[in-house]
Amino acid sequence: MGIAIREAYGQALVELSNNPNVVVLDADLAKATKTIEFKKVCPERFFDMGISEQDMIATAAGFATCGKIPFATTFAIFAVGRAFEQIRNSVAYPKLNVKIVGTHAGVTVGYDGGSHQAIEDISLMRSVPNMVILNPADAIEAKQATHAAAEYYGPVYIRISRIATPAIHNESYKFEIGKGEVLREGEDVAIIATGIMVSKALEAADKLAAEGSRATVVNIPTIKPLDKELIIKVAQKTGKVVTAEEHSVIGGLGAAVCEMLSQEMPTKTKMIGIQDSFGCSGSPDELLKHYKLTAEDIVEAVKSF
Amino acid sequence: MNTLKIQTTAQKVRVNIIKMLAAAGTGHPGGSLSMVDILTVLYFDKMNIRIDDPKWEDRDRFILSKGHAAPGLYAVLAERGFFPEETLYTLRKFKSILQGHPDMKSTPGVDMSTGSLGQGISVANGMMLSGKLDKKDYRVYVIVGDGEIQEGQIWEAVMTSAHYKLDKLTVFVDANCLQLDGSIEEIMEVSPIGDKFAAFGWHVLEIDGHNIEEISAAVDKAKTIKDKPTVIVAKTVKGKGVSFMENQVKWHGVAPDQQQKEQAIAELERSI
Repeated sequence: MGIAIREAYGQALVELSNNPNVVVLDADLAKATKTIEFKKVCPERFFDMGISEQDMIATAAGFATCGKIPFATTFAIFAVGRAFEQIRNSVAYPKLNVKIVGTHAGVTVGYDGGSHQAIEDISLMRSVPNMVILNPADAIEAKQATHAAAEYYGPVYIRISRIATPAIHNESYKFEIGKGEVLREGEDVAIIATGIMVSKALEAADKLAAEGSRATVVNIPTIKPLDKELIIKVAQKTGKVVTAEEHSVIGGLGAAVCEMLSQEMPTKTKMIGIQDSFGCSGSPDELLKHYKLTAEDIVEAVKSF
Repeated sequence: MNTLKIQTTAQKVRVNIIKMLAAAGTGHPGGSLSMVDILTVLYFDKMNIRIDDPKWEDRDRFILSKGHAAPGLYAVLAERGFFPEETLYTLRKFKSILQGHPDMKSTPGVDMSTGSLGQGISVANGMMLSGKLDKKDYRVYVIVGDGEIQEGQIWEAVMTSAHYKLDKLTVFVDANCLQLDGSIEEIMEVSPIGDKFAAFGWHVLEIDGHNIEEISAAVDKAKTIKDKPTVIVAKTVKGKGVSFMENQVKWHGVAPDQQQKEQAIAELERSI
C-alpha cells in the first residue's frame, strides 16, 4: 500500500507553501483533510473558517479576485453538496482561480455512513461550466494533480479518497490536466477507471490475463475535460469498454465516457459504479464488495459482454 | 464633500435608472432607487478608484451583494465614467456588457459577480484577508438588502469578519423594509438589525440612508474603528424619489412603462 491520497494532498500543500499566493481554507476538518500540514508550516496563510462551507467557498472567491490561489478544502459531501450554489455562482460563473478540494469522497469513507459518502460530487461538478475535475488514483498522482491545479488558472475540483491505495506511479510520472494514461495494453476490452478504481482495474486485468483475456487499462485522472482522443482510440481498438469509478453511475466518469462515445464512436459499455443508491456504514472493504466495486466485479462485467 | 453636488448626481443617477429600466422593460427599480444615495457618496467622494484602471490592485472594492439592484450600480458606474451613458440602454439585452445581475467579467468597474443573495460579505472577507496578508490599505464596501440578511450565509460571514477583525470592511444594510413577497415584518422579521450585528461583534452605526451628510459621516467614522468591521444600517425608502414607487412592494421587480417613465423622470428632475 502507498500512502493515503489525502496525506499526499497535505504534503503537496506543504510544498506549495513556497508560493506566496497559495492560501488554504478549511471548515473545521483540517486534521482529517490534512490541510493541518500546511497550517504547521504556514499558519499565516491558513484560514479555518469554522463549520461554514458556504462562507468558506465564497471567501475563497474573494481571495481569488485579489490574485491569491485558494485551496478550499473539506469533505466532498460538504464542499460540493452544501456549497454547490456558491461554487456555481461565486466561483465558476466569474471563472475565479479557486481550487475546491473534496476529501473523503465515495463509500470508502466507511464507518461514518451514507450521510458522509459523496457519490454524486463528480456529477454535480461536471454539470458546472468552467470547472476542471481531477480524481487522482494514488499518492504520487494526488501530489502532482495538486501542483497542476495550482499552476492552472481557473476553478478546479479535486476529488480525494480517504483510504490508502496501491502505488501505481513512480516519481518519474508526469501528470497533465486533461490527459489520460494507458497503464496496460490489450485488445479484448478497455477498462477505463478513475481514482481508487484504477488499482482495481489493474488487478482485474491481471485476473483476466490469467484466463487468457487481454485488457487495456486506462487511468482517467481528469474527468473534465475528458481525454476524448485516448478514449476513442481504446474504444476503437477493443470494441468493448468497462468504466469503473467509486461514484454513482449517474453523471460520473462512466456517464461522461458513454455520452462522448455514443456520439463519436458508439461502443458497447458496462459501468462499474454505485447503482443509484446511498452508502451505509461498514469497513471500506465491506462497502466496496457490497457496492460491487472490486476487481472481481470488473472481471464479471468484462465477461458479461 | 459638496453635498449639493452629490445630491444632484444621485438624482441624475435615479433618472438614468428609470430610463434604462424602461428601455429594458424588465428589472428591479425599488431596491435600485433605495441605495442610490449611499452608492453616490461611495463612488463620488469616498472610494479610492481609478476610472482608467478598473482592476488597479490597490483600489477600494465594492460588492453589490443585493445583485438585483444592478441598474443602480450600473447607472453610478456610468456616471463616474467607467463606460458611456448610452451603454445603460443595453441593460439586460442580448450581448450587453450589462447583464441582468452584476457580472465582473462583462462590466468595467464591477468587482464581483453577484445575484444569488447572501454571498457578498463572504467574498468581501476574502478580499480583506488577502489585503491583510499583502499589507494593503484598501477598503471593501458591501451593500446588502435587509431582506437579504434572511440568508443564513450572511451570518456565517458576519461571524468570520468579526473573528478575523476585518476593520477595513464596511457593510451597508439598505433597510428599505420590503422584499419581493411583502413587507419584511410580515414575511420574515429581521429586526433589530443593529443589535444582531452588535451581538456578532461588529461596530454598528444607524443612519438615514438618504441623508448625504449622514452617509458621509458614517463612512468616515467607520475608518476610525479598529479591530472590528462596521455595519451601517441605513434606513431607506424603497423606490425613493418616485412618488408612485415609494414603499410599494409591487415595484420590487417591475419596469416602468412609457407613461410611468415620463412621470418618474418629471418628478426626479423637479427635485434636482
